[in-house]
Amino acid sequence: MANLFERLGGEAAVNQAVENFYRKVLTDDRISHFFSDVDMDRQIAKQKGFLTMVFGGPNNYTGKDLREGHRHLVAKGLNDGHVDAVIELLGETLKELRAAEEDIKEVAAIAESVRDDVLNR
Amino acid sequence: MAKVTYNGQIVDTDADTSLLEALLAQGCEIPNSCRAGACQSCLMQATKGEIPAQAQAGLKETLKAQGYLLACRCYPHQDMEVRLPVSGAVRIPVTVIEEDMLATDVKRVRVRPEADFVYRPGQYVTLWCDARLGRSYSLASVPGRDDHLEMHIKLVPDGRMSRWVHEHLHVGDRLLLQGPAGNCFYVPGAPQQNLLLAGTGTGLAPLYGIAKDALRAGHQGDIYLLHGAPEPSGLYLREELSALARAHENFRYISCVLVSDGPLPEGIQLGAIDELALGVAPSLAGWKIYLCGVPQLVNQLRKKIFLAGARINDIYADPFLSVADARKAAA
Ligand SMILES: Cc1cc2nc3c(=O)[nH]c(=O)nc-3n(C[C@H](O)[C@H](O)[C@H](O)COP(=O)(O)OP(=O)(O)OC[C@H]3O[C@@H](n4cnc5c(N)ncnc54)[C@H](O)[C@@H]3O)c2cc1C
Ligand code: HEM
Repeated sequence: MANLFERLGGEAAVNQAVENFYRKVLTDDRISHFFSDVDMDRQIAKQKGFLTMVFGGPNNYTGKDLREGHRHLVAKGLNDGHVDAVIELLGETLKELRAAEEDIKEVAAIAESVRDDVLNR
Repeated sequence: MAKVTYNGQIVDTDADTSLLEALLAQGCEIPNSCRAGACQSCLMQATKGEIPAQAQAGLKETLKAQGYLLACRCYPHQDMEVRLPVSGAVRIPVTVIEEDMLATDVKRVRVRPEADFVYRPGQYVTLWCDARLGRSYSLASVPGRDDHLEMHIKLVPDGRMSRWVHEHLHVGDRLLLQGPAGNCFYVPGAPQQNLLLAGTGTGLAPLYGIAKDALRAGHQGDIYLLHGAPEPSGLYLREELSALARAHENFRYISCVLVSDGPLPEGIQLGAIDELALGVAPSLAGWKIYLCGVPQLVNQLRKKIFLAGARINDIYADPFLSVADARKAAA
């Protein structure tokens, strides 16, 4: 049986999901202020890194990377509510890709598993 | 840490210092402007050592093959030896054949290249006033239709190159030009796709070139060209663009200003260009978009248009980065 990343459609699925996910993030009042970087190309590249990771794809992020990567955001007030919002938008994006309910749960679980790292707890 | 030899001097670089910064810090005079990999005025050639791929991004294949690189994008991994381009190697001579004022602060310059020059309308060239001072200008002319290259050059307060162009460049003068570069141009193959071209100030130059190119190619989808300026005096080529709109059913020309002293001349709208751009259709999904001009506006428009449904790969943006933007980015 294919693994999660393959079931979701691999890199092609990430490429398809990234623009919709980024559009959602930028228009969600709860979290858009964390993504105000004007360099859209850099932002999209980072979103791809994020999606590849939570889709269970090949990545090299460690808990330490996630701590460091979000530390400046925690300093700006990043909290559990924001993580919930990201997981919710992730679910919507996956539904639009017609992912199976089970797979969406698995993606959410991966995101959930690093919550404390992201929030630097 | 890598050592770079230039002109007999050895300069140290590290992971956070570009070759350009390292050379400038040593007092070397290296031409430069945007320091963001766009303007290509800091073009150098490596004669030894491995060139990081990033330092060649956006260069033509022929230049890559000869070891040319952009010093502002070059973070050497290994020792290298570099030099400035040998004169005549990448710059071709051109002669000014026409000059006129399009607006109070915009000069149109037409030059004739003295060698074959292959380009697409909307790409840009680096124009050199002397060996050291070069700046990017976009091409409004169309190969095959025009035998000259056309540039629209705005006089920038305290701008070195633009002042020289406005005050000292005249018909008959010869100067050097390098390029072309950039991927903001019309690509045939999707004749039904709707096009939105939006820009302010001399951002019109590439857009005008792209619009004429698309129409010549028989583009069938709608083509909207939006030109914005702070006030009516900043709008130019209104006659030509209105005539294009009359001649082609699928071409729409919209001009807008933020403020106006008197009553607005016919056809000019009062309003911000981003609002008008988003107003051309309920959704911009499936559109191809071209944005040129002041960096802040281009970046802001790019985001808004993306949110309005256009795909990132369908948005071609050419921010006119200047020395001032390089300073802001460094600060
Ligand atoms: C891809 C691209 C395409 C372009 N196409 C066009 C075009 O078609 N038409 C066009 O008119 N322009 C275009 N430009 C912009 C053009 O290349 C130049 O940046 C512009 O003409 C100004 O050059 P300058 O030498 O006159 O000014 P510079 O001397 O380089 O100064 C630029 C600006 O920086 C400010 N400045 C200088 N020094 C300082 C300082 N110490 N602190 C703060 N601010 C400072 C000046 O006041 C001025 O406003 C393009 C740029 C790019 C990157
Ligand atoms: C839910 C678990 C999360 C995971 C697994 C995660 C993962 C990642 C990864 C892997 C990167 C780095 C991308 C790269 O540099 O290549 C990143 C960057 C980023 N994340 Fe997250 N993230 C999570 C939650 C959040 C939340 C809740 C926010 C804010 C609402 C957020 C905002 C950002 C931002 C703004 C960046 C870019 C930082 C920068 O510009 O340097 N992340 N994330």
